[in-house]
Amino acid sequence: MAMPDSEPLWVDDAAGPVVRPYAMTRGRAAAQNRFNVISQVVAAQPAPALEVGIGPEHIAIVNLCQRPLALAEVAAHLGLPLGTIRVLLDDLLARRLVKVIEPKPHTTLPDDSVFEALINGIRAL
Amino acid sequence: MESGHSEGEGGTALPTATKILIAGGFGVGKTTLVGSVSETAPLRTEEILSEKGIGVDDLAGVESKSTTTVAMDFGRISFGEDLVLYLFGTPGQDRFWFVWDELAHGALGAVVLADTRRLADCFPSVDYFERHHLPFIVAVNCFDEARRYSLDEVKLALSIDPDVPVMLCDARQRESSKDVLITLIEHVRKSRSRAGDPQPAGS
Repeated sequence: MAMPDSEPLWVDDAAGPVVRPYAMTRGRAAAQNRFNVISQVVAAQPAPALEVGIGPEHIAIVNLCQRPLALAEVAAHLGLPLGTIRVLLDDLLARRLVKVIEPKPHTTLPDDSVFEALINGIRAL
Repeated sequence: MESGHSEGEGGTALPTATKILIAGGFGVGKTTLVGSVSETAPLRTEEILSEKGIGVDDLAGVESKSTTTVAMDFGRISFGEDLVLYLFGTPGQDRFWFVWDELAHGALGAVVLADTRRLADCFPSVDYFERHHLPFIVAVNCFDEARRYSLDEVKLALSIDPDVPVMLCDARQRESSKDVLITLIEHVRKSRSRAGDPQPAGS
């Protein structure tokens, strides 16, 4: 029986992140916010330079969100867990580098227009 | 938490973001459905849970693990600049109710995908949405080799409210998946006008 291939090779993405998520958040596991996964994140300013308290991941979020993206999209594009993105958003909000808009609860919508727009939009796909 | 963010005054106009959940048992076609109607291939995001977030009965064999990663696949459909619909596949492992609560919060409604060969796999999803008063429909994904049951038989087996739509679909087909979403949204609209002031999901 040949054995050489039985050891899994941990390379690239399979090896996991080189920098652990908690290192990016300086040890903070929990964010102050509980933003919805579809909360829209949008940059309020151009990306800042690296400085104390602003790491490459913060800058990556600001760059990515020059157009609005959902929290889950930010996480997926950067390959980071949702919880990590939430912590980083706390930092960015404190510096007014991004805005985060929570979705309106649909139960409070005054009329049918969103339902109409969704149905017509899906039909037209 | 509501602190630390502002409404979009001036600047970039932000789209209205809406969300629909795609639930059902493992391998029933959730990600296939998401992919067949979304504008890009499904994206994947992860939530890392510590032990306390996970059902205590389910840690047998993983005692050495202090965290678990739960993956969610989702897709995006944009309608012009000001309306976006996100489709979230719920994590297949039904024990991660913590993640379900997070996903269900603010969702318009849910599609429960069912496979008639393993109908019981969708019971936990049906129970969850009934308990949380989130409007849902049941879409029976037609696998080629599956015996066809009538929709009434499926409805009876699931013992769901007669108002809940039950339909056939083929999650691989874009037109079929579009029909599923439209059926759900029409059902949500009806439930909303019937109920007047429904309970928000996830509360």
